[in-house]
Amino acid sequence: MDLLVQPQNVFLNVSKSGNIVLLLLWHILHLVLSILYFLREIFRAFESYLITNGYVKTYDDLNLDRVKYLGIVVDSDEARKTSNVIELLDWLSAIGVKKVCLYDREGVLKKSKDVFIERFGSAELPKEDSKNAPLLSKKQMEFEFVSLIDGKEAVAKAANLLFKKYYADEDSEKPFFTETYLTEALKTLGYVEPDPDLLLIYGPARCHLGFPAWRLRYTEMVHMGPLKRKKYGLILKAIHRFTRVKQNYGA
Amino acid sequence: MPSNFEIDIRDPHERLGLKGYKDSSWNFAMDVKQVTKVSELLGGFIRNCVYGILSISAVPNHIAFIMDGNRRYSKKNNLIDGAGYRAGYSTLMSMVRYCYEMGVKHVTFYAFSIDNFKRDPEEVQTLMELMEEKIERLINDEIIVSQYGVKVRFIGNLKLLSKSARLAAERAMDATSMNNNIVLSICVAYTSTDEILHAVQESCDKTWHENRGSDDGLRRLDVSDIERHMYMGVVPDPDVIIRTSGETRLSNFLLWQSSNCLLYSPSILWPEIGFQHLVQAVFEFQKRFYYLNKQSKHEVQLKGKI
Repeated sequence: MDLLVQPQNVFLNVSKSGNIVLLLLWHILHLVLSILYFLREIFRAFESYLITNGYVKTYDDLNLDRVKYLGIVVDSDEARKTSNVIELLDWLSAIGVKKVCLYDREGVLKKSKDVFIERFGSAELPKEDSKNAPLLSKKQMEFEFVSLIDGKEAVAKAANLLFKKYYADEDSEKPFFTETYLTEALKTLGYVEPDPDLLLIYGPARCHLGFPAWRLRYTEMVHMGPLKRKKYGLILKAIHRFTRVKQNYGA
Repeated sequence: MPSNFEIDIRDPHERLGLKGYKDSSWNFAMDVKQVTKVSELLGGFIRNCVYGILSISAVPNHIAFIMDGNRRYSKKNNLIDGAGYRAGYSTLMSMVRYCYEMGVKHVTFYAFSIDNFKRDPEEVQTLMELMEEKIERLINDEIIVSQYGVKVRFIGNLKLLSKSARLAAERAMDATSMNNNIVLSICVAYTSTDEILHAVQESCDKTWHENRGSDDGLRRLDVSDIERHMYMGVVPDPDVIIRTSGETRLSNFLLWQSSNCLLYSPSILWPEIGFQHLVQAVFEFQKRFYYLNKQSKHEVQLKGKI
């Protein structure tokens, strides 16, 4: 029995020390990665400084006509610091962006909409009564506030609407649902807005965090880093890069 | 003539009495084979070391790929039409192999979008024929079917494919249905828009059939009804979506399923993607795993409150 136990013990010890070595290597590699990210952050800060202060002429003349609708995704925890969001919107307003869709998963930005409306202009919620006139006469930017419930839940509600309309009558022929049917149903519920052309993601990861799927088909999604470390120059760079993108739409 | 105990190492041309052979070319061929074998073994060893390191943290359960850049690769390397797609297929198989070795359970590839039907009919025809050819090869590939235990699924509106391509796809799914080491989902004739529409229609049909003759009234449809009828409802949501060529859009791919998914866009073209890019993507995922996992749990909580 000892003859079997000893090699087993040796194997266990080797595999334990092997695991420690792997763990160490993993930490080293992640440390190297973190250092690289840190260096990249410094480089981006320097790049933003150059762009913001006009040293890079490429971004002087932005073709904003291509950015008809700009989407901003913000991590909900970061969205709670409204001053950061206001500063971002100040920058976008200075660049000349007119229509902005603000998304955060929990709807934190929706709750602060009065602050944004007061400062920047009129706003629309997905289900707001369209008969109401804009609250302020001075229109600087148009806003749309979106959260998680305006995504999958909206499609479920639209499905229910279609179900009631076309399936309630047992005898009638059931239509084949095309894009038009779903778009009309979403419109009836007050959900349809144009698809954002460009989505700037402010958060720890490049992830759209549940932005309405129906509206992201060909949207360019750029990760801008955490909101607290936002940089004006990098917004210009992202918009400039977007204006140079050529989409084939599958063809 | 060599004795019975000696191996005849003469050049085949010499053995056959052919003139004009060169010693050096045969030796060179032997050297290349040996070098290839050694480099394969070394590559395998290095990969195993890397897998060992990666396994310390979470490895993605599901990785999806948007295979962008085959045509540009063809142009860049002055290849004939269709060669880029063939190179792309080899790359697909390499990625499946690396993901299998890494312990990834689900891999999905965006092979053909419904939007791609808008391309030149000749190009579409070439792609359909290539797809059929590769599906047949896949079914007969012992390594894929038996050794790796790959279950193949074709996801999308398969009715839009040619009859022969559709039948080939169904044969591949049948042939690999008992495997479960790794699930390979190939999205053909797929867009998220079409998937969502199809799911809404199926949910309505199903609910109508269930409610027929029922005195309880019409049951309301909810998100889980729609998700159950999605083409991708048979696999978990992806953890990472990798799109090559540096493009930052999803082009109507897995829009519904990517709420908590890391989007990674390396600038290399699809046929150029290699092991090192996959490892980089997994490192990025591991770096953000805690955050993405938290978001995923949070979405479930928020759904519960609605």
